[in-house]
Amino acid sequence: MKEFLFVFRNDYKAMPQGSPEEMQAMMKKWMDWVGGIAAQNKLVDRGNRLTSGGKVVKANNVITDGPYTEIKELIGGYTLVKADSLDEATALAAGCPILEVGGNVEVREINPM
Amino acid sequence: MFACIHVLLNIFRSLCMFTKTSLFMEQPELIPHLFRTEYRKITVVLCKLFGIDHIEIAEDIASDTFLLASETWSIKGLPPNPVAWLYTVAKNKAKDQFKHDAVFKQKVAKQLQYLSPGNEEIEIDLSDKNITDSQLQMLFAICDPSIPVEAQVGLALRILCGFGINEIADAFLTNKETINKRLFRAKEKLRIENVKIELPADEEIGKRLETVLTTLYLLFNEGYYSSGSDSTLRKDLCLEAMRLNYLLIDNPSTNKPFVNALFALMCFQSSRFEARTDANGESVLYQNQDANLWDRELITRGEYYLNLSSGGNEISKYHLEAAIAYWHTIQADTKEKWENILQLYNRLLQIEYSPIAALNRTYALSKANSKGEAIVEAEKLGLNNHHLYHSLLGELYSDIDDAKALSHFQSALSLARSIADKALIGNKIAEREKKIKRS
Repeated sequence: MKEFLFVFRNDYKAMPQGSPEEMQAMMKKWMDWVGGIAAQNKLVDRGNRLTSGGKVVKANNVITDGPYTEIKELIGGYTLVKADSLDEATALAAGCPILEVGGNVEVREINPM
Repeated sequence: MFACIHVLLNIFRSLCMFTKTSLFMEQPELIPHLFRTEYRKITVVLCKLFGIDHIEIAEDIASDTFLLASETWSIKGLPPNPVAWLYTVAKNKAKDQFKHDAVFKQKVAKQLQYLSPGNEEIEIDLSDKNITDSQLQMLFAICDPSIPVEAQVGLALRILCGFGINEIADAFLTNKETINKRLFRAKEKLRIENVKIELPADEEIGKRLETVLTTLYLLFNEGYYSSGSDSTLRKDLCLEAMRLNYLLIDNPSTNKPFVNALFALMCFQSSRFEARTDANGESVLYQNQDANLWDRELITRGEYYLNLSSGGNEISKYHLEAAIAYWHTIQADTKEKWENILQLYNRLLQIEYSPIAALNRTYALSKANSKGEAIVEAEKLGLNNHHLYHSLLGELYSDIDDAKALSHFQSALSLARSIADKALIGNKIAEREKKIKRS
């Protein structure tokens, strides 16, 4: 089996803040989705969420601040899965709750060093 | 401290009449039962006395003792106190060995000097206290990092639990030869490494405990689910797992949160012993059980140890399984209950995948979310060779598509191995056939 990285992207600034009930319902969807991948024995690492703040380091000591207001699609988190093919990995991503709120999942095969 | 163990053991004994009634069993059942409980005690005490080098002599003496018991008892009938009889014979055999085997005597002399300086005579202490101490120390000796984990588990099952080679082979889904080879190599390794039968140093205990707990967990499950054989309830195995687990709780250096979590799990599970079989000895599914037969005292005990397990930051798989088992002590079929169970399974599967957890998670999903969603998820599991997979799909398709449900139950029947499982699935098939005929 190969390993794949899921990168979750969304326009987090445009996202409405839900009520606590809505937030909890969303959390449950994420838990059920990750649990479903784990139940197929295809989860490598649940990964983590990323906070919105950050910095970008460029050449010549240029350091810019985040959050990157100009970027519509901010990386919000990542997960590692295993699958036989890119198609299979893509099918796993299809149920991701981020799709319901305007985000997307980038699926990338990991090329071990 | 030891008084405490006795109090606990007495509670276990009175809770589970099985242990008491066993003393009045007919002799053909008594010897295997005593073999299960006493063989390993004799072995472990002798082995502690002789040193790990002579583990086979310890095992031989214990085996010879039982051989003599079955011969003598079949002619003369049961002695008034069979256990005391066994201990006396074992002691005499050990003394004989010591007297008549000069090489052995020479080798063991050093070990004896180490245990009780200045004492030339061999003293065999089969008191409860020494058995307890020796078992706890042996548990750690067996779980020495120098041997592979599966060999550690095998050795523990053999030496500490008195499992037969066949049963160990069943537990590992392999054959007798493989297990014999594995155990032989493991004993060889213990000898070469000169492993001492004693508790490890404090800094090592945490890591070593993990293997010990795996062993106890397997032992309990062997009793609770009894994979290889048709006897569905093997309470004495579960009690032994609980007793060994309690030894770890009772000793401050091994009393860690995840040790308490495993003990809580065992309490919750075993609370349903009486309810799991009906008067005809047939298995009763969880949802059909009479909750009045659930042992409230064991449930309370489980809650107590689950609370104790919450110290520390680490959440082990035992914590999650204990919490799942806790929710199962509440029979009411609420959404809240199944939602909690589902989320616990979601987390459990992230720590450690197992087919059973995947199947149980999908059942919880059907209860917490919907049957339709669970069917979609179930069909992704890829466990077609597992009878429980087809039982689950049969259950999920029931009343939605009964023809499909029936066909899954039939697949389950062809894959099931134990008589108890086949009987349960047979009932499900009959139910579906009736339903299809009526419609």
